[in-house]
Amino acid sequence: MDDARQPLIEIAGVSKHFGEGEARVDALRDIDLTVRRGEVVALLGPSGSGKTTLLNVIGCIIAPTVGRVTLDGELVYDNRALRGDLRRLRLDKIGFIFQFHNLLPFLNARDNVALVLTLAGRSSVEAQERAVELLDYLEVGHRKDAMPALLSGGEAQRVAIARALANSPRIILADEPTAALDSKRAGIVMDLLRKLAAEQDACIVAVTHDEKIYDRFDRLFHLRDGVLEDQEEEVS
Amino acid sequence: MNLAYRDVRHNLFRFVLTCLGLSLLMAVVLAMIGIYNGLVADALNIVKAPQADLWVVESGTQGPFAEASKIPGRTRDAVARLHGVAEAGSITYQTVEARHAGETLRLYVIGYEPGRPGGPQTIAEGRGITQTHFELVADRQTGLVVGDRIRLGRNSFAVVGLVEDTMNSGGDPAAFITLPDAQTLQSQLAPPAQRVQTARGAGLLKSADTVAAVIARLEPAADPLGVATTVRQWKHLGALTQAEQEAILIGSVVDRAKRQIGLFLGILLTVSAVVIALIIYTMTMEKLKQIATLKLIGAPDRTIVSLIVQQSLALGMVGWSFGLILILLVKDYFPRRVVLEPVNAAALGGIIIVVCIVASGLGVRAALKVDPATAIGG
Ligand SMILES: Nc1ncnc2c1ncn2[C@@H]1O[C@H](COP(=O)(O)OP(=O)(O)OP(=O)(O)O)[C@@H](O)[C@H]1O
Ligand SMILES: [Mg+2]
Repeated sequence: MDDARQPLIEIAGVSKHFGEGEARVDALRDIDLTVRRGEVVALLGPSGSGKTTLLNVIGCIIAPTVGRVTLDGELVYDNRALRGDLRRLRLDKIGFIFQFHNLLPFLNARDNVALVLTLAGRSSVEAQERAVELLDYLEVGHRKDAMPALLSGGEAQRVAIARALANSPRIILADEPTAALDSKRAGIVMDLLRKLAAEQDACIVAVTHDEKIYDRFDRLFHLRDGVLEDQEEEVS
Repeated sequence: MNLAYRDVRHNLFRFVLTCLGLSLLMAVVLAMIGIYNGLVADALNIVKAPQADLWVVESGTQGPFAEASKIPGRTRDAVARLHGVAEAGSITYQTVEARHAGETLRLYVIGYEPGRPGGPQTIAEGRGITQTHFELVADRQTGLVVGDRIRLGRNSFAVVGLVEDTMNSGGDPAAFITLPDAQTLQSQLAPPAQRVQTARGAGLLKSADTVAAVIARLEPAADPLGVATTVRQWKHLGALTQAEQEAILIGSVVDRAKRQIGLFLGILLTVSAVVIALIIYTMTMEKLKQIATLKLIGAPDRTIVSLIVQQSLALGMVGWSFGLILILLVKDYFPRRVVLEPVNAAALGGIIIVVCIVASGLGVRAALKVDPATAIGG
C-alpha cells in the first residue's frame, strides 16, 4: 500500500516571477506541494492568484524562477531545467485538458486522439485502434468521425480527455475543465476523471472555480497572490 | 497522418481560392515573360530570316531596321564580286497599309530577289514566289490565306504562300514580294513632293533602283569582319556583320521596350513575392493557437515546421501550375507572340519555391517562438 501513496508531483520551494523592476509580478511565492498516485486535487483561488502559472510549471510549460520540480520520481527542475526535451516528457507523462477543448479543428475526433499516439511512436493502425477504444470508453465512440466543430461542448471535452489520456500519462493537468459545461455535465466529467485516476494510477490536478464540483476532489488547495494557503482537510 | 494535407482538406475551399488568386498572379508574370521573349524573338526573327553573314547599308546609318538606309541597287553586283562572298541579294523593307476584307491591314513588306538571299526561309503553306510580278507570301498573322488577292499601291497581288512568326519589331506581320514590285510600290507610295521630283526626271534613274540593304552570305572560310572592312572603304556604303546587326536591333530598337517590360516584370515579381509571403505568413499566424496546442501535446518542432513548409510549398506549386496551365491556354489569343520557354517556367517555379521557403521561414520563426501556454488561455 505504501507504493500507492508514492508522490507523482513534488514541488519544493518554487517561485516564479514575470518581468523585472516596476513591472515585476510575483505569480508564485515559495510553493510546496505534493500530489500522490490516485489523488484528484483542485487548485482554487481568485483570478490572478497564480493557478494557471502553477499548472504550467507542473506541466513543464514554463520554468520556475527557483525551486525544485520532481515528476514521477524524476527531478525535472532544480533551479534550472534538467531535461532538454520537455516536450517528449509531456508526451509521455503528462496529459492536458483545457477549459476549451483545444482540439485541432482540421482533424476528426478519432485522429485528434490518434495524433498524440503516433507522435509517441505508435504505428498508425495501432493508434487508430486505441483512439477508437478510448473514445468508446468515454462514450463518444459514435462521434469518432465528426469534426470538432460539429461536436457538442460535452462531446468535445470528452474527446479532449481521451486525447489527454491516450498515452496513459501519470499526471493529468486540467485548467477549468468544466467551465464550458453545465453543472450536470461538469459532474459527469469530474466523475469520469476520478474513475480514470483510480484505474490508471494517475493523479489529477484541476483548476476550478466551480463550487458545485468541490466534493469531487480529494483535496483543495487555495492560492492567494501566489501563496499556497493552508491546505484544507480532505473533502471525502 | 499528414497534418498539412489534413488542414488543407479541412479548409479546401479557402485553399483553392487562394491558389486561384495566386495562379492568376502567376499567369500575369508568365504572360509578361512571354511577351518579353516574344518581343525579342520577333525582332530578331526578321534579322535572322535572311540567314545573312553581312549587311551592306548606307554609310553612317545603322540600317535597315534601326534607321532608314538607301543604297543603289547595283551595289549587289559589286558585293557579289567581292572575295569571300558566296552570294548576295538586294532587299527592301517598308511598312504599308492595305485594305483587306474591309479592314485595314498593316504589312511589313519585304522586297527580295527570288533565287538570292533575303526571301522567306520556310513556307508553312502554299509555295514560294515563282513569278517576277504580283505574287506575295504573307505571314499567317495577316489573316490572309493562300488564294487571296490583296491590293498594294496600284497593283493587286496573289497570295501564293504563308510563313509563320515573321514580323517587325513593331509587330506588323511580314509580306514578301519581289524586289521590282517592292520598288514600284515604294515609288507609288512615296510622298507627293518626291513623286513630283521623280516625274520631272531629275533623279529618275537614281531613285528608281534603290534598295535598303544588300545582304551577303560568305564562303565558309571567309572572315565577316574582313569583308566588312573592305566594304566600309567604299564611298557611301557601310557594312554590318550579322552579329552587329542583331546587337543593334537588341540595343536600339528593342532595348527600350525590353527595359520597360523588364522593369515591369521586376515589379510584378516583387509584388508576387510580397503577396505570397503575406499569404503564408497570415496562414501561419492564424494557426498559432493550434501550433501552441501541438506543442502542448508534445509535437516536436519537426512536425510543426513541416506543417508550415509543406503547406506553403503546396500553395506556391499549385498556384504556379494553375498559372502555367492558364497562360498556355490563353497565350495564342494575344495579338503578339507570347514565347514561353520551359526554362522560363522553371525559373519562375524556382523563384516561387525560394519565396515560399523564405516566407515560411518567417512563419516558422513565429511558430517556434509561440508559447505553448497560449493554448491553455485563462
Ligand atoms: N506570461 C506572463 N507574463 C507576465 N505576467 C504573467 C504572465 N502569466 C501570468 N502573469 C501574471 O501572473 C499572475 C498569475 O497569473 P495566472 O494566470 O497564473 O492567474 P490565474 O490564477 O490562472 O488567474 P485566472 O483565474 O484569471 O485564470 C497574474 O498577475 C498574471 O498577470
Ligand atoms: Mg488561469
